[in-house]
Amino acid sequence: MMDFIAHNLAPIMFISVMGMLLLGYPVAFTLAAGGLFYFVVGVEVSHLSSEIRLFWPLLQAHPERIYGIMYNDTLLAIPFFTFMGLILERSRMAEDLLDTIGQLFGPIRGGLAYAVILVGALLAATTGVVAASVIAMGLISLPIMARYGYNQSVATGTIAASGTLAQIVPPSLVLIVMADQLGRSVGDMYVGALYPALIIIAIYCGYILLLTLFKPHWVPALPQEARTLGNGVTSLIVVIAGAVALHFIAYEYIFESLRYETRFVWSAVLAAGTALGISLANRKFGWGLMSRLAEEVVIVLIPPLALIFLVLGTIFLGIATPTEGGAMGAVGALVLALIKRRLDLRTVKQALDSTTRLSAFVMFILIGARVFGLTFYGINGNIWIEELLLALPGGEFGFLVVVTIIVFILGCFLDFFEIAFIMVPLLAPVAEKLGIDLIWFGIILGINLQTSFLTPPFGFSLFYLRSIAPVKEWHDTASGRMLPGIRTTAIYKGALPFIVLQFFMIMIVILFPGLVMHYKDEHTGIDPADVEIQLPGFGGENGGMGFSPFGAPSGGNEGSDGASGGGNGGLSLPTMEGLPGAPNMGGETGAEGSGNGNSGENAPAPNMDLSAPPSFN
Amino acid sequence: MTVLLALSRVVDRVNEFIGRNVAWLILASVLISAGNAIFRKAFDMSSNAWLEVQWYLYGTAFLLAAAYTLKRNEHVRIDFISNMLTKKTRDWIDLICHVIFLLPFSVLIFWLSIPWVYKSIDSGEVSANAGGLILWPAKIMVTIGFGLLILQAISEIIKRYAIIIGRVPDETEVHELPPEVEEMIAGSSRGDVKAETGK
Repeated sequence: MMDFIAHNLAPIMFISVMGMLLLGYPVAFTLAAGGLFYFVVGVEVSHLSSEIRLFWPLLQAHPERIYGIMYNDTLLAIPFFTFMGLILERSRMAEDLLDTIGQLFGPIRGGLAYAVILVGALLAATTGVVAASVIAMGLISLPIMARYGYNQSVATGTIAASGTLAQIVPPSLVLIVMADQLGRSVGDMYVGALYPALIIIAIYCGYILLLTLFKPHWVPALPQEARTLGNGVTSLIVVIAGAVALHFIAYEYIFESLRYETRFVWSAVLAAGTALGISLANRKFGWGLMSRLAEEVVIVLIPPLALIFLVLGTIFLGIATPTEGGAMGAVGALVLALIKRRLDLRTVKQALDSTTRLSAFVMFILIGARVFGLTFYGINGNIWIEELLLALPGGEFGFLVVVTIIVFILGCFLDFFEIAFIMVPLLAPVAEKLGIDLIWFGIILGINLQTSFLTPPFGFSLFYLRSIAPVKEWHDTASGRMLPGIRTTAIYKGALPFIVLQFFMIMIVILFPGLVMHYKDEHTGIDPADVEIQLPGFGGENGGMGFSPFGAPSGGNEGSDGASGGGNGGLSLPTMEGLPGAPNMGGETGAEGSGNGNSGENAPAPNMDLSAPPSFN
Repeated sequence: MTVLLALSRVVDRVNEFIGRNVAWLILASVLISAGNAIFRKAFDMSSNAWLEVQWYLYGTAFLLAAAYTLKRNEHVRIDFISNMLTKKTRDWIDLICHVIFLLPFSVLIFWLSIPWVYKSIDSGEVSANAGGLILWPAKIMVTIGFGLLILQAISEIIKRYAIIIGRVPDETEVHELPPEVEEMIAGSSRGDVKAETGK
């Protein structure tokens, strides 16, 4: 009996702790307790199996490992983006956008649905929080869609799915957490996610287009009397065409001396700024240069674009780390809410309070996962998982398909933090062994997790929508009619086509890795670790305690220190050749080609080695 | 029992007070982090101490707020099975798990962290980053955070037991949604927008 336990401790531990989670006791503490219980078991039977490398002094690693979670810069992005999302929700930016863009697209069939998708994408690019978009769209667009005769399932499905875009469009929290757990740079993850995210948005719009062709009565156009902003699309097209032209002119001639991203961002800023200036002046002085619709659209688009610049622009320009980008975004959201007079001390306090509680439970799940991990790796659980997954037929492709299915099923029950903290560290080394690029892998998992927000019955996006959609018949004041409540089955049904689209997308990314892999030829973003000047000997303090076989006891950061050391060491100028403007920037922010970007060309071996440890943990 | 319930109320209040106030540290952390990026770009100045302050503050906030989060019953659970159980069974699961899961874990970390913090204070350990901060104030937060968690665990055990024996009504908050979502919904339905915006 004891022999059996000693030799099969890893599967026993994994299955029984997962089972314990089903008791419904907080995940963080269950994981931790499970980890400690099996630590005791492991030490007791360690003489029976050479695979078990547990001994009492190893327990002393725990405080240091918790401290390792504390000093992880990347995870700071979690409270920053959450806080930003809360404040942004208060600033009513989403409402303004939905009103105006709804008016813009309203006159065409399926217009409201397109508006929801586009606004969802814009909101997704400003903040990485799903709830904010779903709630805003559910409160604003759902009633309008219901009023003008949209099919319930189409309306709810579009809203729920567009809300999940926040998970895959940078600066998504999923991508940040994924990058942290995979030990890769967040900037690379963002660049890699760019095309898949755009394709997903296009596929959603394509689905609505198909509906307008085959089921036109499901997605009617707004009737004439509902178009309050009037017509005037022509002048909007002129403005947009003008702005795009200005962007290219600036890109080709004015900023030509700058590096790729800098050039792009500054041209975009110039073009958008000019459009806004003209619109504001037009409104103020009544020039009548452009239609009211065009004016409104331009003005309402500026706050989100400004925020996107603050968050993503600063990250891609190398001004800020992703974490700092989140902080900049949060400050931007505060300013925006202040300008719109939506901010008071009470709001800030409540937003901070919820952010703190969210942070506490998320970080404690990570602490629990680390306690679990110490034991699990000590009994060679990672090797067990590895052998299990490597035995799958089909090599790389088979692995990715099986992982997709596993994560999809888990995603029906667990939230993404749990999956990211428990499963990803187990899957990453296997992926690496199969020669799968970890950024590519992370994006596939990211789309997967995005999908899990949509799966009935526990998909969060559906859950949020349910909590704000009217359950019973409700009185619509604008039309003076009673409208039917939204049935839960309608919400579930509406999500199904989008789940199918998501699967299709996952397959596309698996079959065409090039969609993601282009991150390797662009040098964008900076790794947070690169900003700090860290001494290479940093890890020694932990390593000296004698538990190095288990990967970095202090976790992700040690790995990124390593990566940063490697990155700085390998800074050997490839990114700066022939770029007169660049050295200055590179000098102050560390290597603008992050550690991983360099690893492809310069120093593959040391960097791979150093960036691996966090993913084992 | 009366004494115990009074003790539990004191613990609840202390943790509530601490949890609510450490939230400000997150705001400070946001501002400092944004400031770091701006200063680095605008004045070409970068300080490791200021970079470290960010996670000092955040670490303090989440460690010290863990007990408050427990009090508010907001640590995530996987509850799709337990929702099918009776209230009584769930109460027993909570009580037993508080005793055999939460308490040993928090006591162990608390106890292990004491010599670890002491060593850091004793050696005057400073961050390995150039110009970095002294480390023990961050490390001691692990001890304090888990200390508060022990106290809150005891308070929860007392309350849960009192609820099971029918001594007090169950006032534990029930959360179907994560805190930030509840917050958003509460804010949205305060009446200032609502479904009227159709125009």
